[in-house]
Amino acid sequence: MNREMTGESGEFAVRAEGLCRRFGALQAVRDLSFAVARGEIFGFVGPDGAGKTTIMRMLAGVLLPDKGEIFLEGIDVVAEPERAKPILSYMPQRFGLYEDLTVAENIFFYGELFELPWRVRRARARQLLQAAGLLSFERRLAGQLSGGMKQKLGLVCALLHTPKVLLLDEPTTGVDPLSRRDFWAILYNLRESGVTILFSTAYMDEAERCSRLALMHEGEIRLCDSPARLKAAMPGALLEVVSADPRAAHKALTGAPGVLGLLLMGDRVHVRVDNALRRKGELEARLLGEGVGPAAIQPIEPGIEDVFVALLGQEGAA
Amino acid sequence: MSPRRLFAMAFKESLQIWRDPRSLAVALLMPLMQMVLLGYGVSLDIKHVPLCVYDEERSDASRALVTSFLASGWFSAAKMLQSERAVREALDRGECIGAVTIPVDFSRVLASTGRAPVQAVFDATDTNTATIAIGYAKGVIALASADFAARWGAQHGLSAPRVGTIDLEPRVWFNEGLDSRNFIIPGVVAVILALVGAQLTSLTVSREWERGTMEELISTPVKALEVMLGKLAPYFAIGLFDAAFCLLSAVFWFDVPFRGSIATLGLTTGLFTLVVLGIGYLLSVRIKSQLGASQIALLLTMLPTTILSGYAFPIDQMPAAVRAITLFVYARYYVTILRAVFLKGSSLGDLLLPILALAATAAAIVWVAARSFRKRLD
Repeated sequence: MNREMTGESGEFAVRAEGLCRRFGALQAVRDLSFAVARGEIFGFVGPDGAGKTTIMRMLAGVLLPDKGEIFLEGIDVVAEPERAKPILSYMPQRFGLYEDLTVAENIFFYGELFELPWRVRRARARQLLQAAGLLSFERRLAGQLSGGMKQKLGLVCALLHTPKVLLLDEPTTGVDPLSRRDFWAILYNLRESGVTILFSTAYMDEAERCSRLALMHEGEIRLCDSPARLKAAMPGALLEVVSADPRAAHKALTGAPGVLGLLLMGDRVHVRVDNALRRKGELEARLLGEGVGPAAIQPIEPGIEDVFVALLGQEGAA
Repeated sequence: MSPRRLFAMAFKESLQIWRDPRSLAVALLMPLMQMVLLGYGVSLDIKHVPLCVYDEERSDASRALVTSFLASGWFSAAKMLQSERAVREALDRGECIGAVTIPVDFSRVLASTGRAPVQAVFDATDTNTATIAIGYAKGVIALASADFAARWGAQHGLSAPRVGTIDLEPRVWFNEGLDSRNFIIPGVVAVILALVGAQLTSLTVSREWERGTMEELISTPVKALEVMLGKLAPYFAIGLFDAAFCLLSAVFWFDVPFRGSIATLGLTTGLFTLVVLGIGYLLSVRIKSQLGASQIALLLTMLPTTILSGYAFPIDQMPAAVRAITLFVYARYYVTILRAVFLKGSSLGDLLLPILALAATAAAIVWVAARSFRKRLD
């Protein structure tokens, strides 16, 4: 991720302009615009209900936007979704393969739908199954695979025809860490062949793997940049408070002077302050004064989650 | 249209049918069950009418009369009663459809005058059954009278039938019973095909929506027509197999005479199968829920096929308004064709009108079904 893709120059693999989609009273996606360069790994990050799935479906050409346009490799997806389908692959959030078919049968079926030459399909399937660690499961029913294996099989089927644009809707939700590692290894290998990957996730740590990511909230993109720049742009500095009673610490620090935001992260509290050096001592004193007990406070680098919370926290204050 | 994608769809669907016990049961066991049930169960003649007897006298003569009722085969003994009140109660409770009361002086009056009254009461809630049962009872009495008259005459030195000159109605009913099976069984084939065909396809698209496989399928280049034809192909094969099973058992098991041509039968059966599969598919596409689609499929196929097709209830005895409705009931044409081919040996030319009606329906339904599947989530 040393190459910063701003999406402002060169040819775009994906471009969306003014996308809107409403479901009854709910405005799922509002006036969304973004562009993704070829070979990028672009992430949509946000809580449930932020509109991530709706975007993915519209990009895949299975859901019409109310307004706006989408171009995939120059093809107008809104007007001609069927022309875009041979070059894209879409993995829905819910397992989309046939559980009553075996691994090999699912692969055969999807290979045929894309009219792959049989030899190509066999070679490609073998290579992908190996990378996914699924070679010995070819004859197993897809429904009898673990969650992680199912997602990897989904990826295998999605990549059989070597799409130009890969759309993954929360592909690693409920997947064990080991399978997740395999999954990402396959995705990284793809970048070299110029495949553009768009994925959505609710996991903040996964967002760090993107070349660029869009922070989403209530159907809008609030910030869109590389993870490094997003972190650099976060207002204030971050202090980590490690305490025996993080809940009490969280409570004690709420409303303290110079504190811009607080985030409880398991056994520690992330405190966003205006000035890390100046506030460190003040906070230590305050914790002792409130009877929370001794706590270790040190400055840390923000993660994407901190950026996200800072972004939404500002809104709450405004 | 890509033959490869079409074949892949058909192959995938076949594998799913093969691995789904519910589909297999509907496809293979249902026709067998229905054939037994409808072939044996639904016939217009009535046997074993439950009969209660209140024998006040209990003489040899009265017992002989009771025996002749039961030996006729039309009646079965429900209960022996001990009072007039019990007769009413048994009828009220539905324990029997008919009750025979033999008076206390039955044999004495019979011996002295040669005529004796016997009371028979019938539950006419179901007038049809009651009418038939009365016919049977008259027949039994007539036979018993003739038998008694012969003996009584012989004893008194008179020439035989002065009493028992009643016509033998049971023979009339018996013949009708024989006819009704030939009349009904060909129609049963239509009922079974309608039931099985639409049930199977009503699940095929809705299942993909429910299981979440449709979302990924519609993101591929597969065409709507390939999805439809690929999905229908295996069910069409199953439908023809079921039809062949039903038609063969009609001829070789139920001994229904087959006088027409197999080609005519094959062509029209193919058309009818297409219609019912198309209805199921259309519902499946529109409703997106397996339960909803299969329930409505049942309603749209079974109901008109059993009630409005003339399969059991003759169309020319329906009120004019209902008769007009039956013109739109596709099953009516197939039932007409089946009967004509089986019993009359009608040729393709004789049946041009119903065949055209069936073909037009098939074309219309397949056309609508093909157009209604959209590769969209909304």
